[in-house]
Amino acid sequence: MSTSLLVVQILNGLQLGVLLFLIAAGLTLVFGVMDFINLAHGVQYMLGAYFAVAFYALTGSFLAALVLALAATLAFGLLLELIVFRHLYDRDHLDHVIATFGIILFLNHGVKLVWGAAPLSLPMPELFSGSVQLADGLLYPVWRLVVIATGLAIATLLYVLVAHTRTGMLVRAGATNAAMVSALGVNIRRLFTIVFGFGAMLAGFAGIMIAPILSVEPGMGDTVLILALVVIVIGGIGSIRGAFLAAVLIGIVDTLGRSFSVDILRLAMGPSAARTVGPAVASMLIYLLMAVVLYIRPAGLFPAKGR
Amino acid sequence: MPASLAASPIRRREGFPAATLPATIFLVLALLPTVTWITGGSYLISVGSRVMIFAIAAVALDLLVGYAALISFGHAAFIGLGAYAVGILSAYGFTDALVSLPVALAVSAAYAFLTGLVCLRTKGVYFIMITLAFGQMAFFTASSLAPFGGDDGLTIAARNTFAGFPVLRNERVFYYIVFFCLLGTYLFCRALVASRFGRVVRGAKENPIRVSTLGFDVYRFQLATYVIAGALAGLSGFLLANAAEFVSPAYMSWQRSGELIVMVLLGGLGSLDGAVIGAAVYLLTEEWLSAFTENWKVIFGPVLVLIVLFARGGLLGLTSALARRITRA
Repeated sequence: MSTSLLVVQILNGLQLGVLLFLIAAGLTLVFGVMDFINLAHGVQYMLGAYFAVAFYALTGSFLAALVLALAATLAFGLLLELIVFRHLYDRDHLDHVIATFGIILFLNHGVKLVWGAAPLSLPMPELFSGSVQLADGLLYPVWRLVVIATGLAIATLLYVLVAHTRTGMLVRAGATNAAMVSALGVNIRRLFTIVFGFGAMLAGFAGIMIAPILSVEPGMGDTVLILALVVIVIGGIGSIRGAFLAAVLIGIVDTLGRSFSVDILRLAMGPSAARTVGPAVASMLIYLLMAVVLYIRPAGLFPAKGR
Repeated sequence: MPASLAASPIRRREGFPAATLPATIFLVLALLPTVTWITGGSYLISVGSRVMIFAIAAVALDLLVGYAALISFGHAAFIGLGAYAVGILSAYGFTDALVSLPVALAVSAAYAFLTGLVCLRTKGVYFIMITLAFGQMAFFTASSLAPFGGDDGLTIAARNTFAGFPVLRNERVFYYIVFFCLLGTYLFCRALVASRFGRVVRGAKENPIRVSTLGFDVYRFQLATYVIAGALAGLSGFLLANAAEFVSPAYMSWQRSGELIVMVLLGGLGSLDGAVIGAAVYLLTEEWLSAFTENWKVIFGPVLVLIVLFARGGLLGLTSALARRITRA
């Protein structure tokens, strides 16, 4: 394995990591503040991508599509909250799981009815469509760098919002002890609506940013949702810092595992056996990582609940 | 009496003895093949077998979700492991159920034991997430098993023999084998729930601290329950692989785990009867709606949301509430 390949794969891992963070951030806050399991968070990501494709077809401009699609995912998330989720906060986790599962089924098949089952694609903005030379013989697509940069920028923004604003303070307090915050006279429901809408928009943003690289298809949110769940469980539910570190960790471990597992296993076994076992080991890696973390720390690395 | 026992809709039924409902269910299932004697065709038999196979897994899941409050979102993985045991063994020429059934049970029980060791250290949301993740782990591992079909799955040349006899290959005999597996699973779980073991598990659902203060190691009891439920799902997987003569990673997908939870919840949690009814209702609805549109889940999804919002206690809860209202009026 050459150094340049390693650098490329680390960058790819970082890109997957920031993408996961954008999705996990909303998920972990919603869990943390309202103790609400929103499996339908992954479909926000899918809808973001679909909305971007649809608005791009209408306007022909990536920037306009981005802005409109963000507004649309925000509106859609708030609509879901208003119609369904709002009535479920007092229920147990099983009800959350089933209701949001129903929404996933509806939307995954709904987008098939609206946009068809075939994968769609979103053209990359002209300005960022090329590659950039990082070192001798090491070309890297600009768009992936843009994804990494915007992801890191949003992570910083979130950090400032959560750590240094009044709303952020309430969100942190809510994640630690929601009943106490409510008793102090804060409208926790409104706070939650804000958090929920913001989280939905971030997930939609992740979908829009990844749409030029991946194909836009029904069910694209499911895989990402599971990865995001692994991220928030490792990071500790309710913790933005935990989500960020876990997302980058998962992104890099998964990407490196997939690209190098066969080579590494070849040191220990024959080439054909390594080719067979390698992919299986690579796909198990992050789950094993999660199992180890949870075995040592059952509430994740940075649990937000103050107990 | 703890609130959740008092609210349990199943124990409150008036007028009929408690065994009426399960007796009716199993009588209908036992007599179903005679109907096809009259109507002809084997469609009803294969649908019936499929319903009962999933009912076995659903009953096992009810043991976890309904009686132990362990919401496992990775239950389909155990079905898949049982199915893959049959598929991989027959790829190597072991086609007798006397080999593949014990292996299927052992593999799924072992996976339940190993993952249970980690999962049961966590509580609540974490438990749901970690079982989901272990389910996905099994799913992705099966998808990357290139020698055994990978994503495309693995076709099984022929159904298992039993001690050399091809009994599973007759649809009607197979139906009754599945029937007795379901009946056995049901009676076993019924006895387990009523036993001292079951009382400890149910007690730990209400209040784990109190139960452990009484001197029971709650973790061990829950682990045993988790392993039993996993092995029973493995039995369901063994039957499923033989019914379809095909195994695929799709058996283990997290949507399938979700569907199993839906089956249990649809019928009514913590009654075992509800799990059987829920599996039947879910699969028959699927059968019926998918005749109209390939995207039948567009209709089913919102129905699920409505059930959660308005029909707590599942179909059994709904019917017993209706029955009460009628008898009172």
